[in-house]
Amino acid sequence: MTKKENTRKAFGQALLELARQRDDIVAVSADTYKSMRIDLMRAEFPERCFEVGIAEQNLMMVAAGLASTGKTVFATSYSIFTSTRSLEQLRTFIAYPKLNVKVIAGLGGFTAGIEGVTHLSMVDLGLIRCIPNVVLVNPADVTATAKAVKAVAEIDGPAYIRIGRDDSPIIFDESYEFSLGKANLLEDNGVEATIIVSGFMVHQALEAVRMLKEQGIGVRLLEIHTLKPLDEKAIIDAAQKTGAILTVEEHNCIGGLAGAVAEVLVGNCPVPMGKVAVDDIFTESGRPDELRIKYGLTSENIVEKTKQIIEKKTN
Amino acid sequence: MGKENKIMELQRTAARLRLEMVKMLKESDTPGAHYGGSLSVMEILTALYFHTLKIDPANPTWSERDRCILSKGHACAALCTILAERGYFPRELLKTFNHLDSPFGVHPDMHKIPGCDVSAGSLGHGLPIGVGMAMGAKLQKRDFRIYVVLSDGEMAEGSCWEAIMAGSHYGLSNLCGLIDRNGLSLDGPTSQTMTLEPLSQKIRSFGWNVIECNGHDIRQLVDGLEQATCEDGRPTMIVADTIKGKGISFLENDHTWHYGKFDDDQYVQVCHELEKKLQEIGA
Amino acid sequence: MSIFSHQLKNVAALQDKATQIRYETAKMAHGVGDARKAHPGPSLSTTDIIVALYYKHMNIDISRPAWQDRDRFILSKGHGCLSLYAVLADLGYFPKERLSTVRRTESILQGHPDMRKTPGIDMTAGSLGNGLGAGVGMALGTRLEKSGARTYVLLGDGELDEGVVWEAAPCAYKYGLDNLTAIVDYNGFQSCGTTEEILPFHNTASRWESVGWITRQIDGHNMQHILDALVWADQKEGKPKVIIAETVKGKGISFMENDNSWHQRALTDEQMQLAKKELRG
Repeated sequence: MTKKENTRKAFGQALLELARQRDDIVAVSADTYKSMRIDLMRAEFPERCFEVGIAEQNLMMVAAGLASTGKTVFATSYSIFTSTRSLEQLRTFIAYPKLNVKVIAGLGGFTAGIEGVTHLSMVDLGLIRCIPNVVLVNPADVTATAKAVKAVAEIDGPAYIRIGRDDSPIIFDESYEFSLGKANLLEDNGVEATIIVSGFMVHQALEAVRMLKEQGIGVRLLEIHTLKPLDEKAIIDAAQKTGAILTVEEHNCIGGLAGAVAEVLVGNCPVPMGKVAVDDIFTESGRPDELRIKYGLTSENIVEKTKQIIEKKTN
Repeated sequence: MGKENKIMELQRTAARLRLEMVKMLKESDTPGAHYGGSLSVMEILTALYFHTLKIDPANPTWSERDRCILSKGHACAALCTILAERGYFPRELLKTFNHLDSPFGVHPDMHKIPGCDVSAGSLGHGLPIGVGMAMGAKLQKRDFRIYVVLSDGEMAEGSCWEAIMAGSHYGLSNLCGLIDRNGLSLDGPTSQTMTLEPLSQKIRSFGWNVIECNGHDIRQLVDGLEQATCEDGRPTMIVADTIKGKGISFLENDHTWHYGKFDDDQYVQVCHELEKKLQEIGA
Repeated sequence: MSIFSHQLKNVAALQDKATQIRYETAKMAHGVGDARKAHPGPSLSTTDIIVALYYKHMNIDISRPAWQDRDRFILSKGHGCLSLYAVLADLGYFPKERLSTVRRTESILQGHPDMRKTPGIDMTAGSLGNGLGAGVGMALGTRLEKSGARTYVLLGDGELDEGVVWEAAPCAYKYGLDNLTAIVDYNGFQSCGTTEEILPFHNTASRWESVGWITRQIDGHNMQHILDALVWADQKEGKPKVIIAETVKGKGISFMENDNSWHQRALTDEQMQLAKKELRG
């Protein structure tokens, strides 16, 4: 049974560690300090934690104002609100002037499942990807989350990290290498295709690679945790070496990882490409695991689509 | 039935529907529900759906119906219970509450739930939509009224104040908001998260008629709703003092029950307490 | 050069300076031409307030625009930036010649204030309603540093329509930000008409008071009133303060005053001559 842990807690703990080391770290929340685990930092450094109430636009503006005085600001709410409701404030007052605000966006993808469409954030990566100056990270598990939080704290400028909600599988241990903008080759079983995966779906993708191996199909698995800046070299290399790409993400099929990879391939190394993502529709309430099954985000579907793209390559 | 009797009957209905809702949630085996805010809003919804609203459950899309927007959409469990009781759909369907493919979820979906006028859940949006509906009605000289049920926490959302400004500017006397003021939000007391007080004064200063009342007293709610219909030239906000988790001792005023699930022992205690309350008011 | 050397000594000097700044404002509004027309009306209603702040009241050091303990200013009504640009040029934040490049490609003077491109600008502005929240953040940040720096946010009356203002205002009260002063340039107009027509206010002061602020209403073109109000606002009483300044859109140029067609419009050559005559004699 895979061990699970909570990415929100991982963020909260990483933030606390940072706050203990650095006076410039502050946190702002929008009636989310408990749910986003800023309570951990607040217990030791209450004077550096600010709560603005159910007011996400003000969350971003207060973060901008704090950053302009020299603080490194962690601003937290749920990804649906940080990527849509307060997108303008993020774009104009944080990204444009490159202020040092790190948006930590919880309940990304299907992890908000039971809340329904009003809370499901399936287009956040696509929207944020289009904003200049924002480093965009989509970590796969608690280990990656903690490293991502510390990595963005070291850069000067805006960042956006999408995390989950409930406990999720621990995929990586401390030996996991995390470097902003650098893809990780997780598996190398052959050159029939490369599966490029980002975020929560890494777990299913690893399972799919194992299933393919058992069927005698050798593929590579490339993890892209940083959607911006994108490791274009790794993507081109994958296309050149394997000639077929399948992208996998917990996101709308438009605008996210699939779009980012396709943009790189088309101008550099066009190869057959497929995607496992959610169709361009509004989904519904349900448990995250149910929704993943219903909307095709499964290791079985990854296997199926990989075979299809290999066949396309061959033909 | 005389007015007093009707009021008493509604009071009993609200108490009974609390128990119905809790049983429904247990039966559906939902992984969790927004108990606190669903319990605090029950009298408000009862007064609206069983006294005030001009609606026809047999005809949920009747164009001249009054509109009711549950802006605090996370109280969907309460809304579903009320709508079932009112006859919009068979109560048995609620067994699927929060199941995959069910029309009934943690936040309401206007395309799936008969009787639901707006897909709410993203706080702060119900009132702006209500303003739009009210403007549409006025423009077309139609009689239906619009009611918006809000949480107090969501009054921190700037979009509420944009709507309040517009409501006043356009003299939307056909619009009535009701704030379920239970003093608590996800992270704790609203007084600590974001001070709302003096809430009534703020809303008045933006040009609305404001009525304060006890949000668990059907008579006061009904009186307030009737007064709202007499307003000519400005919208009304009823600020209703409530208790989050009303009716269940270990939930009352405890923000940690914003969302949760009862274990077996707790469920037994909950049913016992709610049944006792029913008996006390002679249901 | 001391940090006070730019300060003017008396009301008469400040009034003269405001007239000079109005002239520079008109010049910019003329120089941009119709293709790049700017916002002279909204700029002119702010002139006296901005002059009072920069030439007398605020603690700034022109040689150190990023000085951590400086007072900060946010022109939340960012479209009204011509007078602010003129003040910053006059003080020496950047060469005066740059004023003729406003709104041109690659200029350091953008259509709305840009904190990265224009020396002396503390916060990017232009998207209305957002300045107050940024001011809250600045006030929180400087207080954390135990700095005596104050933050001033100048809003338009029209932008009080924006809900995000009413997210920020209670937040300032919650944190007892008596190092934050808001000023409302209450000129009674917005882009498409009077504030009365678009979304009236009934009583602006009572709205701010209802969210916990202390208010004061003044004549926004009376230099002594402005200075007195700024001093009053600085006195710490545990709550944020707002100065509601009644102003005239287009103040100082007779054919612009209270004429909303000057919200965004370029002066013709003839009109520039008239303005010059009125402002410089």
